[in-house]
Amino acid sequence: MRGVTGAFLIIVAVSTGISLNGAARAADLAIACSALGKERELCLQGIDEWAKRTGNTVHIVSAPNSATERLALYQQLLAARAPDIDVFQIDVVWPGILARDLVDLTEAAGPHAADHLPAMIKSATVDRRLVAMPWFADVGLLYYRKDLLEAAGRPVPRSLSELAETAKLVQARQRAAGDPGFWGYVWQGRAYEGLTVNALEWIASSGGGTIIDDAGKVTIDNPAAEDALITAAGFVGTVSPRGVLNYTEEEARGVFQSGHALFMRNWPYVWALGQSADSTVKDRIGFAPLPAGGPQDTPHAVLGGQLLAVSAYSANRELAIDLVMHLTGREEQKRRALAGSLNPTIPALFDDADIRRDAPFIAQLRPIFEQAVARPSAVAKASYNKVSARFFDAVHQVLSGTLDSAPALERLAQALRREEARRGWGR
Amino acid sequence: MLVAPALIVLAAIAGWPLARTIWFSFTDAELSDFSHYAFVGFANYLGRFEGDWDGVLADPVWWGALWNTLWFALISVSLETLLGLVFALVLAVRFPGRGMLRAIVLIPWAIPTVVSARMWGWMLNDQFGIVNDLLMRLGVIAEPVAWTADAGTALWAVIIVDVWKTTPFMALLILAALEMLPSDIYEAARLDGVRPLELFMRVTLPLIRPALLVAVAFRSLDALRMFDLIYVLTAGGSDTMTISSYARQQLVDFQEVGLGSAAATLVFLAIALVTVACLTANRVRTAAEETR
Repeated sequence: MRGVTGAFLIIVAVSTGISLNGAARAADLAIACSALGKERELCLQGIDEWAKRTGNTVHIVSAPNSATERLALYQQLLAARAPDIDVFQIDVVWPGILARDLVDLTEAAGPHAADHLPAMIKSATVDRRLVAMPWFADVGLLYYRKDLLEAAGRPVPRSLSELAETAKLVQARQRAAGDPGFWGYVWQGRAYEGLTVNALEWIASSGGGTIIDDAGKVTIDNPAAEDALITAAGFVGTVSPRGVLNYTEEEARGVFQSGHALFMRNWPYVWALGQSADSTVKDRIGFAPLPAGGPQDTPHAVLGGQLLAVSAYSANRELAIDLVMHLTGREEQKRRALAGSLNPTIPALFDDADIRRDAPFIAQLRPIFEQAVARPSAVAKASYNKVSARFFDAVHQVLSGTLDSAPALERLAQALRREEARRGWGR
Repeated sequence: MLVAPALIVLAAIAGWPLARTIWFSFTDAELSDFSHYAFVGFANYLGRFEGDWDGVLADPVWWGALWNTLWFALISVSLETLLGLVFALVLAVRFPGRGMLRAIVLIPWAIPTVVSARMWGWMLNDQFGIVNDLLMRLGVIAEPVAWTADAGTALWAVIIVDVWKTTPFMALLILAALEMLPSDIYEAARLDGVRPLELFMRVTLPLIRPALLVAVAFRSLDALRMFDLIYVLTAGGSDTMTISSYARQQLVDFQEVGLGSAAATLVFLAIALVTVACLTANRVRTAAEETR
């Protein structure tokens, strides 16, 4: 018994010691940032610089790699009003879900908010509150095999129909040349968030909107969206393997990087891997903006990326805001772009001389980022996951041929309108 | 008095969460904010909203998931029982290397489900999978099949993996029953010249029936709760959903603690119903035999 009391006293002494220290000298902050690939190291370097400059200490809490688990963990912490973590790294579609537990950064960001990609700021703004600052960005790209397009004498496709035509032609050529497992186009068709992204790109690039418009009105049941899905359903089994209906990013990359596909839709991370020494297609690949629906449409890639937000339950709110502003600032984003090829969210950086020289890949993404669209997460708020799940479910059924495009989208729109009527977006 | 500690432990680890789940199923609680919720009665199960039916029982996805679950449970448990019986009968015969074989048969059961699901996921891959490669070499299929992408083949793929994984468990339970059988009955049958098939149908099967029923009940309950294999192996759309994955989606992905708890309660009720049915069937049959 005495042992237990002793241990308890030690714990109390240690914890009060820490808090007294904090009050007297400097604060001790915690940031939850991702440990995927190089991200942990980059995060550590960034916070070390801030800590040295301000004399505070910051420690990293590694967030789970799976996005779903990460969100669930954050929600548990925030629902319990836990002050343990001051700064959260969040996905671009989460501000709506987490908004009420996050600090409004509008004032702190001031004019700097306008430096960032407008679509990023839009995703981070919920009910006119800027609840997070953009940290790095991601965007959908069309990867292609340079050598095969050249051999076939075809340009990089600018529309979905041109893509299908070229894919069919090259696929037939490659198969005749002795590669029976060659495919024209691979993408992400598994019923998950990735399919929402892919389908939204087809639809937005055909002038079919973004499921829900900025005012919160359901717009998905329109002819342009229906046609876009009919075109996409036409890919399955002809230029895309049927298995694409269960592909995520990595399955698609597996087919493309082993040299068995002409086109692939994927995120920027694939570039470095596709150009690595052990890649079968090294120096034979290129990337371009995704194709538009028709010749008169503008192509829109879906924006991904990560933001930094301050917990409303942080004991060191002002310091945490300062840390977020430092990490999302211009200098730090430039350093991360050069050291880890993470795409900046500040368009001006794409023209930066150092980035143009040392990370030319990033510089080339600027026009694609500028036309990128955001998923309707800021408007659907806490209902976003439900909207996305209903959407990818309907799209998956159209792609696999169980439902026709028009009735599927009508049913989807009906379900979404009902959802909104029942609870309102993101109650 | 003596069982009181056991009952308290049971109430704490099983009763309390169950009661809480049932309570939440009558509220509109959400995962993001547990402090505010209101009592909504049966609305999460079935209610009216603007002239339409609403709630889990009015959701076609739920009924699809229930159908998937029942179908999966029926087919997989039947196949596992049949194959398990065959395995057990083979393993009960004395032959050299039997001990070794008994151990080897257990390997699929020893591999964690998520690991074996991943492994099978790659084996069933449409482009690089060994299953397609083998079938194509044998000339069974002309071109690769996307096993896990189509709703039709995906459920079969899940059934195949489940059968592969749990047949050893069935075989083991049945084998244990076979080992307990008295050898003098077989001596007598051999002297009377009973044919092997008849011996199996009239002597072996009735004797191992209680053990077989327990094994089938066990597997059925497991199959009705099916979640992990489906979650890892298939696309995750509504056409391959089970009732457990439906409940998880409501609770975790959609944050609807109320609706999710209602679905979880229904899963619990469905399983309880099957358990009661199994137990009653067993008791009635035993009673009938005793009076005979």
